[in-house]
Parts: sequence; structure tokens; C-alpha cells
Amino acid sequence: MLERALNGGKLYWTWIGFLLAVFGVGFLFYLQQWNVGLGITGMSRDVSWGFYISQFTFLVGIAASGVMVVLPFYLHDYKAFGRITILGEFLAIPAVIMCVTFIVVDLGQPYRAMNVIFHPSPSSILFYDTIVLNGYLLLNLLVGWTCLHAEKKSIAPPKWVKPFIILSIIWAPSIHTVTAFIYAGIPGKHFWLTAVMAARFLASAFASGPALLLILALIVRKFSKFDPGSEAIQTLGKIVTYCMILNVFLLGLELFTAFYSGIPGHMHAWEYLYAGIDGKGVLVPLMWLSAILAAVSISMLVFPQVRKNETLLAIACVCVFFSLWIDKGFGLVVGGFVPNSFEQVTEYWPTLAEFSIAMGVWALGFLILTVLYKVAVSIKEESGGEAIH
Amino acid sequence: MKIERREFLKLAGLSAIFGLGGTAIAASVQQTPSYIPDPKELTGKRWALVINMDKFKTDADVKRVIEVCHTKHNVPNIPNPKQEVKWIFTEMMENVFPEQQDKYLTEHYKHMPFLTLCNHCANPPCVRVCPTQATFKRKSDGIVMMDMHRCIGCRFCMAGCPYGARSLNWIDPRPYLDPKKINPEFPTRMKGVVEKCTLCYELIAVGKIPACAEASNGAIVFGDLEDPKSEVRKVLAETYTIRRKPELGTRPSVYYVIGGMKDAGKGA
Amino acid sequence: MYNGGKIILGLIVFIGLMAAPFIFGLGKGNAKPNPSIDTPAIKAMEKKQCVEAKAVMKTEHMKMLNDWRDSVVRDGKRLYVATDGKKYDMSLQNTCMKCHSNKAQFCDKCHIYVGAKPYCWDCHIAPKEGA
Repeated sequence: MLERALNGGKLYWTWIGFLLAVFGVGFLFYLQQWNVGLGITGMSRDVSWGFYISQFTFLVGIAASGVMVVLPFYLHDYKAFGRITILGEFLAIPAVIMCVTFIVVDLGQPYRAMNVIFHPSPSSILFYDTIVLNGYLLLNLLVGWTCLHAEKKSIAPPKWVKPFIILSIIWAPSIHTVTAFIYAGIPGKHFWLTAVMAARFLASAFASGPALLLILALIVRKFSKFDPGSEAIQTLGKIVTYCMILNVFLLGLELFTAFYSGIPGHMHAWEYLYAGIDGKGVLVPLMWLSAILAAVSISMLVFPQVRKNETLLAIACVCVFFSLWIDKGFGLVVGGFVPNSFEQVTEYWPTLAEFSIAMGVWALGFLILTVLYKVAVSIKEESGGEAIH
Repeated sequence: MKIERREFLKLAGLSAIFGLGGTAIAASVQQTPSYIPDPKELTGKRWALVINMDKFKTDADVKRVIEVCHTKHNVPNIPNPKQEVKWIFTEMMENVFPEQQDKYLTEHYKHMPFLTLCNHCANPPCVRVCPTQATFKRKSDGIVMMDMHRCIGCRFCMAGCPYGARSLNWIDPRPYLDPKKINPEFPTRMKGVVEKCTLCYELIAVGKIPACAEASNGAIVFGDLEDPKSEVRKVLAETYTIRRKPELGTRPSVYYVIGGMKDAGKGA
Repeated sequence: MYNGGKIILGLIVFIGLMAAPFIFGLGKGNAKPNPSIDTPAIKAMEKKQCVEAKAVMKTEHMKMLNDWRDSVVRDGKRLYVATDGKKYDMSLQNTCMKCHSNKAQFCDKCHIYVGAKPYCWDCHIAPKEGA
């Protein structure tokens, strides 16, 4: 089926060329990082995780969010999602691949990465993260590919795939829960040490993921003969709305606990992120941008009339996506490290090389996404789009 | 295969006969090679340090301790503070014990540089989070060790350590070593691995105490926390000591004497 | 054959690329390496004997070094009781290289020949040669 990805117009190839170029630039910078070390990044002794790990964290959410279309379709027989389940599954695949790539580019000794398997350490959350991420990748490849193959032949997917679908539905929240546990179980990092971390992760994932999927569905509709369907898009819009509100609510809970208790360690990171400490606050404008985007998106999304207008809905979803990308794909990780263990402020900002490498990984992800979507959409164009199950 | 084996036995046998003269009969009985600890090794169940900053008379005394440690272990001197590597270093008391911050605290302590290093916790979060057991706790004596050969540089331990005791080699550290001072008996590190104080396990193994304690003129006391007769236990019984962030449940093995000692306060 | 010309051309290019190392290496016979044990410390030895027999060291030294490092770093056992009962401090820098102080002549010769790139020396300090 993959050969269908080789059949595209000028726009398609320009897009592929663009992604390859971004990937190439990132790869060149990665060669530099390989030779010099992580010293070419903006990370430091105090802020020892930065853009790479925050992107990883954000993308685990995107990967997990595929379940938001798979679950209603398979468990509740919600037919409108039949047309886009494959888009959800095929979004999860590049998302997980980006996650793993971000972990690898973040390693100081990448060629020792297999030590995680040679010397398994069940006390480490990364051990479980390796298992759940790779498992989720395999599940989505298996389910997505099998169902699409069946659709190509206009037959129902084989029965044996059903248990794997159910498993992938259970599996999806686990990948983001485990990722949250990376942070939520560390003593001494008050900003992360919170029981609602996993809940917040899932809420923000189920807002940002469907928001991205909605935008992708609109793009697919614009550039192909396959229509994901207005009902599916509207339902996605509702999911984004509820989950975004839930996410902001959980954020509010954090703020309440930190500031009503008045415990300095719990307030410091928030103060640093949104106000700066001792005149140091490179992240302040970004965090406020995230807050404003969140406010704008929610005030748009809560009105059904606004959501009905697909242009406004798309704008609101772009706001949701970038708001959460900043909040989780940047502030959440950096905020945990500032102030440091000595309550001193060391600031972090990614370097050009680091940013380029990260964009290279995104380009790789979008390249895989484009190819997978191209295959899926070309089959959908032929079959009329309805998945049978 | 056969030839190799025959040759091996022949050579091994010959070496035993010719090499050992008088003991030839006993030694000619071939034994399977084995690993044993050095009989000189200091033995303790949980090594600990008690640091009394008041006993450091001058800044130079503090610097000397750092210098001795860092030279002995080929710790590089990287000028960029973001990429520093340090095993033992100073921060002001109000930073080492941020929860004790108080503007009325005696000035003597408030801005006193306190030595800080890996706490060799009894319940170390760094060990818990490490995905490869590159950092691990020695069961025999409680030292939190680093296996630099195994570390993948994921830096989970740096996030996990609540004491800022760990450093990644962001770049190749070798250019930042003073060629005149390199200790040829200890390795350096390579880029991309995390390092920290190992409580001079290499000295303990041959019956010596950690270099910082040795160089401190009695300001740092080293001993076995689980031996009631040890010197650290004596100090802990006689004076008021505190540990860094004990509320986190890490159970640090590094104690700080605050006042209370006969000569407390005379130092500054 | 459909697209026959292109396939054959592709095959030729592929074989050419794969065979390039052999073609360029033709006639440049590599002499078998002969690692030197000509160091002051070894010269001073009455019986020139490594921790184990030469044949064992030749084939097993890499595994041995791996085991040594795990024993020292992870198990805290740093003495090696050899086949002949002699005890050695298990240390690359302080035992192996004290005798084999000629890394370039002893280690590198074979490693370069067989294309092995052990990363020992990224951390472990090689003895100063010619000193």
C-alpha cells in the first residue's frame, strides 16, 4: 500500500521536499551534537532537561489522544468517527516515533541507549515508559495497517484484530500516565510533585491531540476528495472544548494548593514562570501567551455557534494546540528545575542548534504522518471513506 | 579449540612451575580465577560524613578540601557555570538549607559557605530513577556509586537528586583538566555521562579515608553510622547536627554541625 | 525485462560500491600486527608473564577487562586471584598499563589492524609514551 505515497502532485512533493530540508538541517546539527556533546544546547547543570524532553512529553500526549476517536468508534459504535479512526491511529504512530527520537537525541551517550534493555531497572519509570511507548507503537501499526488493508479490499477487518483494538484503548492512557509519573514521583521538585499531574497530562493531551487531529482533518478535506465528515469534526470540537476546560481547571487546582498553602517551594516555580524571580524571567512572555491563548480558545469554544463555524473552530483549535504546546512542551519541564535545589535561578533557553534538532524531529514526524495520511486518504477516496467493523 | 586449550594448560602449568619456585607445588594446582576485596579495605555498614564548617578557619581551608578532591578525581575546571562539573563545592548556608532562610539568622551562618556534596542517601531517588542501574547503592557500605561505563546520559538522576549533587559532562571534560595536575591513577570521564562524589570508594578499598575528610584537619569526620563506637556516632551524640532536606525521606548520610561544638563560632 | 537497462545499471553501480573497499585495497597487503612488549617494566621482569597466559590474554583480554570493571565498580572486589594464585589489582591504568606502558605499540597496533575501537581511552588515561 505504501506505493500510494509516491503518487502526488507538485504541492505534495514540495511539502515533502520542505520536510526533508528541515530534517536535513536538524540532522546536520545533530551531527554537531554527536561530536561536541549536549553542550551545544542551552541546558545546564541546573536545568538538565530542556526542549527535547518537553517535546517528548507533549508528544506522548498527542500519541495517547488517538484513543479519543478510537474509543467512541469501537466501544460505542459512534459511526461518525468511522471515517477518521484511521487518522487518529496514523497520528499516533509518528507521534510515538517522535517521542522515541526526542529521547534518543536527548541522551548524552546515545549509542548506549540499549543499556535500558540490557540492564532493565524496574524501579525506574523510564523502564516502563520504554515498554508502553514501544508497545503502543506496535499496537497502532498493527491495528491501523490491518484495518486499512481490509478497507482497501472492502471487507470487514479480521476478527483477531479486535482484542488488539481494545488493548490499544486501554494502553493509550497508560503511556501518558507513565510519562506523568516520570515527573510526579520525584522528591524535591515541588512543581512536579503533584497527584493531579497524570490527570492534567491526560486532560491536556485529550485537548491538544484532538485539536491537532481536527486541523489535520480539515486539511485532508481541503486537499483531497476524502471528507472526514462535519459530524466527526463537530464532535472533535466538543472533545477539545471539554478537555481544555478540564485542563485549565486542573491548572487552577495547582495554583490554589500552591498559593493558598503559601508554601514557598510550591509557589516558586509558578512565580518564576509567570512573573520571573529576581528580574530573571525569559519564559514569562511565553507563559502569558499560553495563558492568553487558553483563555481565547475557551471563550470561543464554549459557544456552539462559534464551533459550528469551521474556520473559527479551526482558529480555536490552533490556539489550544499552541497554548498547550507552550505549557507542556516547554514551561512544565523547565519550571520544575527553576529555582534549582539551592533556590537559585538559572535560566534556560534553547540554542539555535537545539531548536533546529527539535524541528528536525518534528519534520521527521510530519514526514511519516504525510506518507501515512497519503496512503490512508487515497484508499478512503476509493472506498468512499466508511470503515466497516 | 583443542589446540588453544592444550596450549593454555601447558603455558599455565609452565608458568606455575618456573614462576613460583618454592611454592611451586601448592601453586601448580590450577585454580579458577576469582575476585576478592582488598584485605586492607575499610569495612562499615553505612559510611557517613559529619561536616563542621566552624572548624574551617579560612576560605583557603575550604578551597584546599575542594582542590584535593577535584585533583584526585580529575574533575575538570569548566569556566561556564552552566556546564560545570563538581563533586564537592560550596554554597551559602541559606542556599544549602533554603528552608532555614530567615532574615534574622545570625550573619555568621547566613552567608557562610557550606561544603556540599553527594549525601549518599540511605534512600536515594537518583538510584530509584536510573533506567540502567548505572548509579546504584552498594549494599555492603551504602555508598551511592556511579558506573560511568553504563551511564547513558539521560539525566533522570540529575532531576531526581534534590541536592544538586550531580553533573553531566556536557562537553568533553579533558581539555579542562590542568595537564600538570592530572592524576594518572584515576580515570577522567567522557562527554555525555553523569558524575558525582563516590565517597572515595577507591581509597576506602585500600584502607584510606575519603580525601576531603583527610584534608580537612578534622573539620570533616568520616565513619560508620551503624557502628555505635564510630567517631561519627560520637559527634552525633554530643552535638546538634542537621541534614539537608530530611523531610524528603532520602535519609542523607552527610550531617552538618551547627554551633554547639566547643569551638563553634571561633572560626569566622 | 521491464526496465531492464535501469536494473542492470543499478546492479552494476551497487556491486561497484560494495566491492570498492576490496578493489582499492588490492595489492596493499596488510602485515600482521606484532604488538611489542618492549617496555622497561617488562624488560625488568625475570619471567615475562602477564596475569594469565599469553594465549588466554590474546583471546580473552576484552572479556576480562569487562569482568574486571564490573567487579571493581559494581561489586567492590578489586583483587584478581589469577590461575596461578597470584593477586593483582584489577586496574587498567594502574596494573595493565604499568607494564604495557607502550599503548601505541601494544594496544593500538592490533586494534587498528582489526578495526576495533575500544572507548577505554576516552576516560582511562594512557601512559605518557617515550617517558
